[in-house]
Amino acid sequence: MGSALVLIFAIMSVTSRKLLRAAIYLLFVLIGVAIFYLVLDYMFLAAVQIVVYMGGIVVLFIFSILLTSHLSEKLQVVKPLEFIIAALVSLIGAGVALSVISTHTFKPVVADSPEITVFEIGTQLLSYGKYGYVLPFEVISVLLLAAMIAAIVIAKREKKPES
Amino acid sequence: MIEDIPLSHILIVSTLIFFIGVYGFLTRKNMITMLISVELVLNAVNINFVAINRYLYPERLEGHFFALFVIGIAAAEAAVAIAIFINLYRNIRSIDVDEVTEMKY
Amino acid sequence: MGNYQYTIWILILPFAAFLFTGILSGKLKPSFTAAISIGAIGIATVLSYFAAIQYFFLNASESYTAIEAASFTWYRLSDTLVIDMGILIDSISVMMLVVITTVSLMVHIYSTGYMKGDDGYARYFTFLSLFSFAMLGLVLATNLIQIYVFWELVGLSSYLLIGHYYQKPSAVAAAKKAFIVTRFADLGFLIGILMLSYYTGTFSFSEITDPNGPLITQTIGGVFLGLSTLTWAMILVFMGGAGKSAMFPFHIWLPDAMEGPTPISALIHAATMVVAGVFLVARMFTVYSLAAPEALEVIAFIGAFTSLFAALIAITQTDIKKILAYSTISQIGYMMMALGVSGYSGEAGLGFTASMFHLFTHAFFKALLFLGAGSIIHAVHSNEMKDMGNLRKHLPATHITFLIATLAISGIPPFSGFFSKDEILAAAYASNKLYFAVEYLVAGLTAFYMFRLYFKVFWGKERTYENIQESPASMTIPLWILAFGTLFAGFLPFSHLVTTDGIPFDTHFHWNIALPSVGIALAGIFIAAALYKKESARSQKIAASLGAFYSVTKEKFYVDEIYIFITKKIIFNLISMPVVWFDRHIVDGFMNLTGNTTVALSFRIRKFQSGNIHQYALVFLTGILIATLFYLFYYPN
Repeated sequence: MGSALVLIFAIMSVTSRKLLRAAIYLLFVLIGVAIFYLVLDYMFLAAVQIVVYMGGIVVLFIFSILLTSHLSEKLQVVKPLEFIIAALVSLIGAGVALSVISTHTFKPVVADSPEITVFEIGTQLLSYGKYGYVLPFEVISVLLLAAMIAAIVIAKREKKPES
Repeated sequence: MIEDIPLSHILIVSTLIFFIGVYGFLTRKNMITMLISVELVLNAVNINFVAINRYLYPERLEGHFFALFVIGIAAAEAAVAIAIFINLYRNIRSIDVDEVTEMKY
Repeated sequence: MGNYQYTIWILILPFAAFLFTGILSGKLKPSFTAAISIGAIGIATVLSYFAAIQYFFLNASESYTAIEAASFTWYRLSDTLVIDMGILIDSISVMMLVVITTVSLMVHIYSTGYMKGDDGYARYFTFLSLFSFAMLGLVLATNLIQIYVFWELVGLSSYLLIGHYYQKPSAVAAAKKAFIVTRFADLGFLIGILMLSYYTGTFSFSEITDPNGPLITQTIGGVFLGLSTLTWAMILVFMGGAGKSAMFPFHIWLPDAMEGPTPISALIHAATMVVAGVFLVARMFTVYSLAAPEALEVIAFIGAFTSLFAALIAITQTDIKKILAYSTISQIGYMMMALGVSGYSGEAGLGFTASMFHLFTHAFFKALLFLGAGSIIHAVHSNEMKDMGNLRKHLPATHITFLIATLAISGIPPFSGFFSKDEILAAAYASNKLYFAVEYLVAGLTAFYMFRLYFKVFWGKERTYENIQESPASMTIPLWILAFGTLFAGFLPFSHLVTTDGIPFDTHFHWNIALPSVGIALAGIFIAAALYKKESARSQKIAASLGAFYSVTKEKFYVDEIYIFITKKIIFNLISMPVVWFDRHIVDGFMNLTGNTTVALSFRIRKFQSGNIHQYALVFLTGILIATLFYLFYYPN
């Protein structure tokens, strides 16, 4: 039921002809994904999903939509040929993937794992032994810094040449 | 709670979200909506990581961390992409992919 | 022997000045740049005089031997073949030090006045420092490679300074011409160096010119076209010297080089650089004299021919700097001829001594003439003699110093030119009467054309001048100093100082030569006075009566035209055209074929790279799908 709702929102976000609505639908999809994480007992991941995606990325999208287009503007209708090709590719892909999933039998080890605490996550994130993630952690921090600087530099208005 | 939901169901949902994202990517002309589609794809992948981690290897956290990093990278990518869009819009008053032909050929 | 370690500073100072002012060229005030350059060359001058006094007069022993004051290994080609950088002190290098630093210092000071307000003021002084460094390095070189390095540096700085007014196309063309012609001659020099070093296994002057060394005592190398290989090598070395010294047929660059600023003409193209060729022959004189006398004959012939040839051209020129340029060529021809007729050791080496002596005195009076001409040009703003006349009232200081220099070059006693010229004539008389006759005639011609210049400029009819005035003190003081040098340089006992083998000898005065030479000089002066002192039509009449000869001379014997004919008609048409055809049709054709094919192909496949991201994504996804399906069906499990 919940998943059906998520799917509907997803479809609407890629078909909506209004930009802002597409972004809002994306927001709902992301909430749905966050709920998935909650269901799977990953509290921290759900929190991150909500904070980063909904608090950051979607807000960024909305800002940029407001900056670059008018609210009343409607996106052009998809051309039939493109629609057919895209739909065909997507459907075939989905069919292949679903058939694989349905034929494969998983052996779930559903153990009631202990609650994953933030403490545990933090420890693993900064440990450097087995299952330690300190290197990717550092790499991604550098990447984020670079992205931040790059975003500022790119979006900064160029100084008008003094004439 | 998760006992009620088989793994395959979650995978089916993520697959569908993935291909919805692909469809959006292929049909949309506006760069921002294309980026939205990419986010859908990334989320689908994240769900896969997390679900498989949770169902098959509950004692470890690799999938969890992978999802975490994907979220971080998605944030960085979105920030840079949107900076580019804004700059592009400022220069050519449009962010349609078909109209960015200045540097072609 | 004494310690000459300090002489290295003579080299270092101008170089440091060049680097300092060159690197900071934009930052420094031009006057400060000039001050640095003058300071550096000034200290170098003091050191040079000090070295000269120490070498010539504080030396207790009877003869002058060569001293290597400093030397370090720069590059080791093989066990025996080593390239050094060092400082060689002997009589000719010390003499050249004095000449170069003195004239260079005078030109530096003079330039502060002459170049005032010029856009390239700082650049000019920077290159002037570079030139001083290069020229000093050339005369102090201990070996062939070092002299070659500095030789090219001198050529480079000459090129830069001739092209000082690079906005003027003629200056650029002149700079290129000077560089290319001398460069071509240097090719011969380089081949000569390689041949010499191949046979001797050394580059060092002290080993090559050792009278008891293997090069001279043994005959080495084969025989080619009737002359030994060594002789050919020495002729090639002389070719380099002829290029720098503007000997026929390489003389064509020097008159054009007058496009540069006049102080440059004085320094480079009169006093120092052009005598580098003479210096080179003098440096290798032992080898020439003892092992390659045939090469020496070539030198004597070319020297004598050039001096006559240039003197004839000088008579008909109207540009004062061109006249001085041809007179320079003529005088250098004198020096070459004197070297060519000289023997080795003792009294027989009179030609060598006379040549060096003339080099020394010529540097003073020719620099003085050029600087005087610069002063005239500065006042009149023209190079042409028809714009000048009766200047002695307007430019009194220039007039007197110019007159002194003119008398000196004409060989009137007691000015310095008389003594050196007399020695050259004596040397020629002693060895070859024909050369003596030629030089005797040239002496008269020299007096004639120099006084023609003098009378036309300083006497004659008054012209209209715009606010004409005597040049500033910064320009007249060097004139007076050089005039002083011109007056007294002739009294130096040169035969005691500079000789072929370092052993002094006494010269006696050759009355039988001196008197006729003064006579012909006076005759030349009187003819010039009769023709040009008062403006009259007589000179035109004579010119007209000479007819074709006059015009041929005026066009410099069409040497330039012959060059152009050779290069354009023969080389271009017969060699370059087929090469061009081959290049254009075969080589380019092949290249174009490959290029066109690529272009055609890329037009075909351009559609693949549409830049359309949707298309890319679609292709990408389709590929993945196909790969996945393939995988699924090929490996069903």
